[in-house]
Amino acid sequence: MAHVIPYIAAIQEAIREEMERDERVLYFGQNMATSPDDPFLKQFGPARVRVTPISETAEIGMATGAAMAGFRPVVELYMAEFLLVAADQVVNEGSRFHFMSKGAVTVPMVLVAGYGFTYGWAGQHTGSIYGMFMGVPGLRVAMPSTPADAKGLMTTAIRDDNPVLFFHHYLLALTEGEVPDGEYAVPFGVADVKRSGSDVTVVATGNTVHSALAAAETLAERGVSAEVIDPRTIAPLDVDTILGSVARTGHLVVVDQATRHASAAAVIAAEVAQKGFSSLQAPISLVTALDSSIAYAEPVESFVLPDEHKIVAAVGETLGLAPLPG
Amino acid sequence: MAGENGALRQGGGTLDANVARHLLVTMWRIRAFEERLEPLKRSSTVHGLTHLSIGQEAVAAGVCTQLGNDEIVYSNHRAHGHALAKGVDMGRLLAELMGRADGCCRGLGGSMHVVDVAHGFFGATGVVGGNLPFAVGAAFASRLRGDSAVVVVFFGDGAAQAGIFAESVNLASLWQVPVVFVCENNGFAEFTPRSAHTRVERVSDLAAPFHVTAATVDGNDVVEVHRAFGEVLASASAGKGPFLLECLTHRRSGHYVGDPGGYRVASDDESWRDKDPIGRLVRRGATEGWFGEDAARAIEAAARDEVEAAVAFASASPFPDLTLPADLTYAR
Repeated sequence: MAHVIPYIAAIQEAIREEMERDERVLYFGQNMATSPDDPFLKQFGPARVRVTPISETAEIGMATGAAMAGFRPVVELYMAEFLLVAADQVVNEGSRFHFMSKGAVTVPMVLVAGYGFTYGWAGQHTGSIYGMFMGVPGLRVAMPSTPADAKGLMTTAIRDDNPVLFFHHYLLALTEGEVPDGEYAVPFGVADVKRSGSDVTVVATGNTVHSALAAAETLAERGVSAEVIDPRTIAPLDVDTILGSVARTGHLVVVDQATRHASAAAVIAAEVAQKGFSSLQAPISLVTALDSSIAYAEPVESFVLPDEHKIVAAVGETLGLAPLPG
Repeated sequence: MAGENGALRQGGGTLDANVARHLLVTMWRIRAFEERLEPLKRSSTVHGLTHLSIGQEAVAAGVCTQLGNDEIVYSNHRAHGHALAKGVDMGRLLAELMGRADGCCRGLGGSMHVVDVAHGFFGATGVVGGNLPFAVGAAFASRLRGDSAVVVVFFGDGAAQAGIFAESVNLASLWQVPVVFVCENNGFAEFTPRSAHTRVERVSDLAAPFHVTAATVDGNDVVEVHRAFGEVLASASAGKGPFLLECLTHRRSGHYVGDPGGYRVASDDESWRDKDPIGRLVRRGATEGWFGEDAARAIEAAARDEVEAAVAFASASPFPDLTLPADLTYAR
């Protein structure tokens, strides 16, 4: 059975259900549990649900210490950029300990952060910065595009014995969708084919999955069959599913809201260029944000971001079609 | 701690002879190990960046010998003394520094990242101050479990100027967790004296604004460190919150092996030689009747023998398997 809830509620549902199943799961964050009516606080109490000071470095470091001591903290960071305030703790501390301790220490910790709030939030709160973490050994990076994946990936994130960065897209927060009732886990490193197709493979993440699906619909009306793949986690990255698709379609367009040179798309393109070169009938095309900060003014904001039309145009170019009207 | 924030306590405590002897054994094991390490490093037998704590042994000994295996210690880049005093096997520690398969981390961590979970040595971190919030989290875990296991984190005076110090002390105080922040104030932050970093002379002065009780002790007097830390440990175990203990000491060697040390003042080094913690305990031991000079010499000789055995053990160990990166980057 399933129920329909918003994406952001699906994340909360997974955290709540895991806290019910496992009393080692803790939930920390700034500005949370500030009211006695907070549902998490009421259900789990102040020992497990705690507000923290605006001290990202200490919050994440404290969670790392608690994780090494046997707990499973979930830290709510709100904005992806706040991870950068605590970059040493995110990149260079907890993520290293399993390896450096020959596996004697594990750090089961989830850092939850929203990204891509491209709705007038301007230069410092709109970044799509997940790409810079996908190459950090020891870190897992999940980025759901649907409410069901949001729930399933969060369940897996909490159960994983590694530090996990869980990036949710702010523009998807209120998007509703069917979510399975009860225990639901989506495995890491398993891409989901969101739409099957035979002419071109379109790989997209997060909010751009929806742009890619809209583009596929437009392309279908013009007789082009696009396959849309959502990796769902970029570390680990399911390269095999993408290679398998490209082997059938011979064409690859990778969509990413990140800036081109720090995108997951660039890594995906490199993997396919090396391992799937013989399948490719045309150069790989990347549809990413420009290598620019995100502008405040709406027309400029839209200009730098990937969208459905840019995906349609890229597919047309890859397939060598005559330019398609708007 | 009687609320004597920042007061430099003069040595005045006394000790059981067996405890005093154990402290001397611990300090000599650290000293002999690190003195042997220096040539091993210079000959590249020891592989990587190596920071010595010669002259600072009283802090490691006075603190760690009072902790059980269930009481977690977090250390920093200058970790050898803390590790040995906490019970890490000397042969495995040296094998780790030589990057060998029998190292306590199978050669994957090295000098700056020693971990030995069985002895409650949860590890050393190489970025200054990076370990401070781990101890807050581990102490919070103690509270959640409902036991009173105290967590100790060592840091240098250089870390006190980093924002992570203020964040961690604030959080520890806010949540009243059983952590003891032990500062080894050796007068140098890497290559520069404390006066080049701050106008705050005593690290313990930084604790009061966070309502954390703190004290400064003579960190080269192992009897005093032992006494002061014993008090703090009892209070932290009793749930009386976090504490900060600042131990004034002196690093007699460079920041790392190979440091030219041009920033050091020779007369300072000379004056600190007289305050060497081992020499002081040996003199004190004779006065107090804890052990005679012959017994002290025998302790030194035993420590040097143990080091040679560790060198033999580590040298015989193979280099680690090349499958380890694929096996251990992620927990499965």
